[in-house]
Amino acid sequence: MRPLDSLAREAVALAQGEHLSASETEVARQMQICNACRYCEGFCAVFPAMTRRLEFGKADVHYLASLCHNCGACLHACQYAPPHEFAVNVPKAMAQLRVQSYADFAWPRALGALYRRNGVVLAFAAAIGLALFMILLLRIDDDIAGQSLAANFYAVFPHNTLVLMFGAVFAFAVLALAMSARAFWRAVASETGKPASATNASRNGQAAAAAARDALTLKYLDGGHGDGCNEASDAFTLVRRRFHHATFYGFMLCFAATCVATLYHYALGLHAPYAMTSLPVILGSVGGIGLLVGPAGLLWLNLHRDPAHGDPQQRPMDVGFIALLFASSLTGLALLLWRDTGSMPWLLAVHLGIVMALFLTLPYGKFVHAVLRSAALLKYAIEKRQPNPWAQGAD
Amino acid sequence: MVDVLVIGGGNAALCAALMAREAGATVLMVESAPREWRGGNSMHVRNLRCMHDAPQDVLLDAYPEEEFWQDLQKVTGGATNEKLARLVIRASSQCRDWMRRHGVRFQPSLAGTLHLSRTNAFFMGGGKALVNAYYRSGEQLGVKVRYDSPVDALEIEDGRFTAARIGSERIEAKSCVLACGGFESNLEWQREAWGRNERGEWPADNFLVRGTRFNRGVLLKFMMDAGADIIGDPSQAHCVAIDARAPLYDGGIVTRVDCVSLGVMLNRDARRFYDEGEDFWPKRYAIWGRLVAQQPGQIAYCIIDSKAIGRFMPPVFPGVQAQNLPQLAQQLGLDCDAFMHTLGDFNAACRPGTFDHTVLDDCRTEGLTPPKTHWALPIDTAPFYAYALRPGITFTYLGLKTNQMAAVHFGGVPSGNLFVAGEMMAGNVLGRGYTAGVGMSIGTAFGRIAGAQAAAAALKDPSYAAA
Repeated sequence: MRPLDSLAREAVALAQGEHLSASETEVARQMQICNACRYCEGFCAVFPAMTRRLEFGKADVHYLASLCHNCGACLHACQYAPPHEFAVNVPKAMAQLRVQSYADFAWPRALGALYRRNGVVLAFAAAIGLALFMILLLRIDDDIAGQSLAANFYAVFPHNTLVLMFGAVFAFAVLALAMSARAFWRAVASETGKPASATNASRNGQAAAAAARDALTLKYLDGGHGDGCNEASDAFTLVRRRFHHATFYGFMLCFAATCVATLYHYALGLHAPYAMTSLPVILGSVGGIGLLVGPAGLLWLNLHRDPAHGDPQQRPMDVGFIALLFASSLTGLALLLWRDTGSMPWLLAVHLGIVMALFLTLPYGKFVHAVLRSAALLKYAIEKRQPNPWAQGAD
Repeated sequence: MVDVLVIGGGNAALCAALMAREAGATVLMVESAPREWRGGNSMHVRNLRCMHDAPQDVLLDAYPEEEFWQDLQKVTGGATNEKLARLVIRASSQCRDWMRRHGVRFQPSLAGTLHLSRTNAFFMGGGKALVNAYYRSGEQLGVKVRYDSPVDALEIEDGRFTAARIGSERIEAKSCVLACGGFESNLEWQREAWGRNERGEWPADNFLVRGTRFNRGVLLKFMMDAGADIIGDPSQAHCVAIDARAPLYDGGIVTRVDCVSLGVMLNRDARRFYDEGEDFWPKRYAIWGRLVAQQPGQIAYCIIDSKAIGRFMPPVFPGVQAQNLPQLAQQLGLDCDAFMHTLGDFNAACRPGTFDHTVLDDCRTEGLTPPKTHWALPIDTAPFYAYALRPGITFTYLGLKTNQMAAVHFGGVPSGNLFVAGEMMAGNVLGRGYTAGVGMSIGTAFGRIAGAQAAAAALKDPSYAAA
């Protein structure tokens, strides 16, 4: 039906001698076209990384897919975008492959299946989290009936119970994400087996710093020119970058609030509730506001984005994760506001249920993009510091 | 009635529309293509050749007026108008801030195009990104745009424009800019322009159009019939040898095959026909379309061996691959004896030297006709690769004669309110040959002049002053 397609597919298969999935083949096909064009080289890291390659095998396509931030710039600039018969849509092909990456590199591997209907998975996790704490609440409700709780959370759920439950879930999430990162790194790295020298070590240190900077500043949502990325149209805007910053740094502040509170509890013997002017509450409140504004903005952008960007089929995964973040913050702030009222036990149960669902699904939802993207940025920063293996156009 | 009607939707048309609007005129742009194909050939471009006397943002060193002019003279073989050419050159040194104000962004030259880092400013994202930026800016400024609107005729009275026609619809304006391209996608016209050769072939039947499918030359033909002064030869065009598997239209940049100087080029009879190593590829790629057009069947085969891999821009389609030369000839459908004979002679004629693709090296043939004067290495290392190439027309040079005011001329007299820009008049400056980015220099310079002149013509119109 499309001879150009089949030509490219054939080439890819010939070149690789390895079996590629449909999403992998499509990225390889498009990269073959992009590599002969290169007009988009200034937008982001994907295209400079592409020019270091002549062929696109499994390792390359997963690496490039995670390097892609789905900013949309290359689609609007593309002379080969549909309706052109080459049908190049890099953001879409990359997004479709990324969800395969999430599943392929999930740990344990079998849980990659959770990406198949991720929206349902997240909803189910939320339901389980809520149910769990409601049941716990019902069980202990009798004991605390009639008492004035006055923000005494641990009278509702014993501190040690919470630490044990959340500590275990969080530790598992960290382990699973680390294992995913490891599997991804092994799959995409081509440098394995090279002896580490002192120069390599110092160069890798610089690369790690650069990758951290690129990840923490969301450098590749600036469009390469600083005007930002595309949303509903070919116009550039920085709103996604800002909402993402609000989300990420909001999340980190909330996390910091928890860490500080833990320190207060164990190291200083200061027990919750903490005053409105205390560090944990300030960190949590500021972070919580960021974690309301950011996800709300990202949701709005997600729903209004040009449907040609990315993969609209992944919307349940995106929206589900955004909703969990938003709900964690909303319930947390509600708990803060009404912690001295009789609603406190219910609010606490709901908040803990949502946070439990968020942590349970951290390694099996959209959050994984942060881990794989950071790994891809690190690989990019490392290879950028090595000479280009090809001398194309040296004349 | 609108002040200025701009016919076209590419770079020159957009520059004209923005300039006219900035000068205070009301502007309507009519683009023949639907929105998703807007921009004509500008969606395939990537840079602007710029004069500059000192390093500037993305441009290295200097590229003074005189050097630009010498380059233009060289590629055109003198088929240029010095006054207009220098106007373009000077304008190219001053237009980029204006372009930036309208949202165009520049980037350093791309990987594999280092040879252009001094002379050409690359558009971030290429020409389609530039076109998008100009359309956005036009929208903000209040330029009206109509897509799917192919103008097929103009009404001209005593050398003055009065209206344009789209079928039975009539659009009046006080002045008009014609910026709707050449005729490269009109294959019947190409056929007529190239005629029949001594072998009885119609060469243009085997051409591919690297550019837009919408440049059918409707208004160019109309203006010729209406008695406008014409310049250029209809068979002259920016014509590159491109992959024979490229689509008929809009193949764009990726269909180029950049390994000619690393191997040999054979025609259908398996014979070489031109020095593949005459000069650096970026200085020679634009002649090969015409060279292939002159070969039997308008096809040629670029043959390389594995030593060339990684030394040229990766082509969009994989080459035909074989483990030995007879097998390669067979796969290409070429006469195996003739093929082996040509390759044998070539390999034997290669003198030992030090291969260096970055200089005019000393690897050349001896006693071979035609010679290969640089980068001649025996083709002897499996696997072997071949690419079939055909002429790919990017844009044509036949156009309307104009002056420094971008006016259309009738019988040597400039029109007071009809102007021309872009590919439709590029032949005034570029009568032959090509050098990267010069089409955009011409389109930008004359688009801006035409827009300003059209606004001036419309705004000093007495009927406007009265209204």
